[in-house]
Amino acid sequence: MIKLFLKILRTPGHIIPIKPADAGQAGVIAVGEKIQDKVKRLFRGSLAIRQIDAGSDNACEQELVALSNAFYDVERFGIHFVASPKHADMLMVTGPVTRNMAKAVQKAYEATPDPKIVVAVGDDAINGGIFKGSYAVLDGVDTVLPVHYRIPGDPPTPEDILHHLLGILETLDTKPAPVKQ
Amino acid sequence: MKMTLLWTIQFLSVPVISPLCAGIIKKFKALLQNRQGPGIFQPYRDIGKLLYKDEVISRDASWIFRYAPYIIFTATVVAGTGIPLFASFLKNTLTGDLLVVIYTLSIGTFFLALAGMDTGSAFGGFGSSREMTVSALAEGGLIFSLLTVALVSGTTNLFAGSGTGMFAIGRSFLPRILAFGGFFIVLLAETGRFPFDNPATHLELTMIHEAMILEYSGKRLALMEWASANKLFIFAAMASNLFFPWGIAQGPDTAAIIFGITTFAIKIIIFCMVIAVLESSMAKFRFFRLPDLLIISFILNVIAIGMVYPL
Amino acid sequence: MDTITNQTGLFVLLLLFSAGALGSLVLRKHDALSNEWSGLFSIAGSLWGLFFALSVIITGHDVSFAVETAFSPLFSLAFHIDRLSAFFIFVVSLIALFSSVYGIGYVKHFYKTYSIGVLGLFYNLFIAAMLLVVSASNGIFFLIAWEIMSVTSYFLVVYDRNDEGNIKAGFLYLIMTHAGTAFIILSFLLFYKYTGSFDFETVRANAALIPLTVKNAVFLLALIGFGTKAGIVPFHIWLPGAHPAAPSHVSALMSGVMIKTGIYMLIRIFLGMLQPVPIWWGLTVLAAGSVSSLLGVLYALTEHDIKRLLAYHSIENIGIILLGLGSALTFSSLGMPSLALLGLIAALFHILNHAVFKSLLFLSAGSVINETHTRNMEEYGGLIRFMPQTAFFFLVGAMAISALPPFNGFFSEWLTFQSLFKGIAVPDFSAKWMFILAAGALAFTGGLALACFVKAFGATFLARPRSPEVAHAKESRLTLRAAMGALAALSFLFGICSGYLIPFLESIGRDLDAFRNTPSFVSVSPEQSITAGGGFASVSAPAFLFIFIAVFIIVSFTVKYLINRSQRVKIGETWDCGTDLTPRMEITATGFARSIILIFKGVLKPSIQKEIEYNDSRSRYLPKTRTVILGISDVYGSYVYKPLREMITRLSLRTKDIQSGNINVYISYIFIALVIALFWVL
Repeated sequence: MIKLFLKILRTPGHIIPIKPADAGQAGVIAVGEKIQDKVKRLFRGSLAIRQIDAGSDNACEQELVALSNAFYDVERFGIHFVASPKHADMLMVTGPVTRNMAKAVQKAYEATPDPKIVVAVGDDAINGGIFKGSYAVLDGVDTVLPVHYRIPGDPPTPEDILHHLLGILETLDTKPAPVKQ
Repeated sequence: MKMTLLWTIQFLSVPVISPLCAGIIKKFKALLQNRQGPGIFQPYRDIGKLLYKDEVISRDASWIFRYAPYIIFTATVVAGTGIPLFASFLKNTLTGDLLVVIYTLSIGTFFLALAGMDTGSAFGGFGSSREMTVSALAEGGLIFSLLTVALVSGTTNLFAGSGTGMFAIGRSFLPRILAFGGFFIVLLAETGRFPFDNPATHLELTMIHEAMILEYSGKRLALMEWASANKLFIFAAMASNLFFPWGIAQGPDTAAIIFGITTFAIKIIIFCMVIAVLESSMAKFRFFRLPDLLIISFILNVIAIGMVYPL
Repeated sequence: MDTITNQTGLFVLLLLFSAGALGSLVLRKHDALSNEWSGLFSIAGSLWGLFFALSVIITGHDVSFAVETAFSPLFSLAFHIDRLSAFFIFVVSLIALFSSVYGIGYVKHFYKTYSIGVLGLFYNLFIAAMLLVVSASNGIFFLIAWEIMSVTSYFLVVYDRNDEGNIKAGFLYLIMTHAGTAFIILSFLLFYKYTGSFDFETVRANAALIPLTVKNAVFLLALIGFGTKAGIVPFHIWLPGAHPAAPSHVSALMSGVMIKTGIYMLIRIFLGMLQPVPIWWGLTVLAAGSVSSLLGVLYALTEHDIKRLLAYHSIENIGIILLGLGSALTFSSLGMPSLALLGLIAALFHILNHAVFKSLLFLSAGSVINETHTRNMEEYGGLIRFMPQTAFFFLVGAMAISALPPFNGFFSEWLTFQSLFKGIAVPDFSAKWMFILAAGALAFTGGLALACFVKAFGATFLARPRSPEVAHAKESRLTLRAAMGALAALSFLFGICSGYLIPFLESIGRDLDAFRNTPSFVSVSPEQSITAGGGFASVSAPAFLFIFIAVFIIVSFTVKYLINRSQRVKIGETWDCGTDLTPRMEITATGFARSIILIFKGVLKPSIQKEIEYNDSRSRYLPKTRTVILGISDVYGSYVYKPLREMITRLSLRTKDIQSGNINVYISYIFIALVIALFWVL
């Protein structure tokens, strides 16, 4: 056990270097209105994410799980995942919203205390992706919830997601341009 | 004047320092996983953010749910006034008794478990059930380990227990070490650490502490998180001051007090490191194996007490 | 005050209860009138009893007199009320007062179903008999009072006679209490054999005449006899059946005070009459206390009948009282009277406290049962919304019984702990380890009791209603709430004023001969801080309360009004991962305790039955319903009482053989008996 720890401590860190400053270049796709209040400046130091699987094929989940590993280490930015939407500041919805999950997604949104951010992760969540038009799905999260930001990709890579997350935190104070549906 | 100042420090240090303690453990754990991890002040930021958020409260919740965070937080702060932190001469003879401290913390456990059941959520209920099971079985070890210190120092006041040097009475060395073993197990159980509970879990089915506070949000969640940090700090402080009573200030002399604060800080940091190493090198136990561990803690303490007064 | 501390005072007391009993019987045709008459007189009697007992305690004048009777020189209506008796009169009257206030409203739901007059008769007689038991000082007179107490309480247990379970519980109670009485009679006969008197004072004066072996026999007989009434494990089997069966205000009296009469006699005989005693007596009492407290709370955890749960907690608390009493006995054998006094104070304080919070809990459980018409906790839930005040009172009781500061239970348990801690330092090897084990038992009991009351309060009052009846529950009537509220207030006050109470309790202990000139071990400082053993331990109830409330106000004010004043609170739904939450998803009382039951399965011997009904019985893939029955096997029944019963049956069958029915055989028996008697005389 001690050997293992020593090895870990000797090994140089492989964490991908990202400065919050250059994250803004990622081109955050912001939709919907900006969240008011000066409160959300607090999110910059501490952001709690609740991930909701609205009927995803689990590709996005794989990538989101990777965020917490020793390579991407999302916790160093004060971002962490939580177990309940009541603890969350941001809802990350993945997958096209299936009819069975629509109500659950809505409930999760209602359970999240204000101010809150909804992010659609992956093409499926943005507009249904490859499942678009299927009888079983409602095509995209914005049919159920007001979405504030989008992270495109099928699935987006962890690095993409990380860049976008930091970008979102950057742009919280600046008014995002509303994008027409 | 000086005493007022010292009492103010004693009063405030539990709520003020405790999030830092939690932050240090997290940081060490991250380092042991070859991660950078959050900064050690992250818990303050989390609490600060939660204090400024709105709340969503279940419509099934009663006043118990609404007042429980305040009561639990108060209980931990009150318990914090009864334990020695950096000065053993601040003898709190009013609430510094070991049973008072233990039962004050029990008030917190009681309301925490009730709050978990209050909203009728399936998770909260079994979280409460598990928490009460663990804390009921930890009670024997907890009282007995502190009692060992009390018997060695001749009073159940915890401040006096920290005032006796560890090697002052050669005979009391072994009981203290055994009692510390017992106390450490209880510490892990009461503060929801490995191998009893995973403080970072997101899986409802394996939760103990987290399951009870799933329903909280905003200010009340902040208080709950803060209270559990307080509890961790209180236990770490008891472990470092009662079982390793070095350096604590024995008199109201400024140099001694500064020395006391410094040694206390070092001891707490070492404790945080020990907990972090333990959590990184250990898996969670199966729930029904936990009683074995707690019974071991009790038996260690019984042996320790038997050794205090050899026949 | 001197004017009432005499026999007239006592007679007035008994007269009030007798008037209540008889008047209520006379008025039995009118339910309401009879109920009010009985309630009014028992309230008046209890108030007078409180006043009477307090004046005896304060003035210290013993009330001692005897009414000689013509039957026999051995029997006289002898009363002797010293401070110890007065203390018990105080406890009985205190609980009787609130039970009677509660009864006035509570009994209404029995109107037209059962005879109210009879209830009033037995209720008043029961209280009067308890008062007689603690004031009698003649063995035979005591036994008569004891028997009246047992029989009246039996009738109260079977009062709700349409429930077959109640009749059974009452029958078991009747048998057990009489078996206990048999042991008591034996011990009194032993007294008589060696001292020539049934009078307690005479026995005490001549205790030196009793040889040690006989003393030991008396100890065991008294412990079993009075222990049966007190509910010491394993003589407790009647208790969880009988206490719940009675109407709730009677349960409060039975659990709150009746079982304490057994403890009273144990104190009276062991500490009052037979001093000095061998050390193993104290150790045995400690062991009995440890076993009773641990097993009591464990069985309580397995219960889902709210009143049975509370009844098992009575066994637990009797165990805690015995720990105090046992340490007192042990210390007095070891020649440490001041520590012995500490143990006695702890026991007396816990007697008072347990009476208060247990009757509070029984009364609030009674209110809940009155509204929901079931004792099964699995069908409750969410009652805090429909009965907020009852819920609050139950919470106070639950916190007090779980020994949470600043309520009264904490301070008596604190004193008990201190006396056990002090015992660990004694030089005697067996005593030292017994004290360690007893302290361990008490520590675990505290933790388990906390778990049990989280379960009881949570399953009853929190979450959502689990049955439709619960949703129609209403807050109880004013008299019910008044009684519960007063007891809750007392529970709080006795905790805060523990510093004032301890000198009183000490003066009561000092009234016993063994502690007449004992230096005090507990001191109370001006700021109401209780100190035990010259600085060994100290606690202050008012200071704790002050700090707690101050911190609470500061914290809530800061968080509520200084930080983010514009915070909005939205009322939403409980988060359950997006599903619709139903009351069936809540944790049940049995589910809550399941893990503890499984951990202690070696002691509790649970039996789990699982039944699964499938949609398609051949494929067995899709279960339709699933039933899990978690039961606790009756350990005492199968290992202690069943063999005993079988033995008695076998003996009886054997005796049947000599009863042939032939008259010649009987004549020969008489002849043989005569011959033997003749030889005996020669």
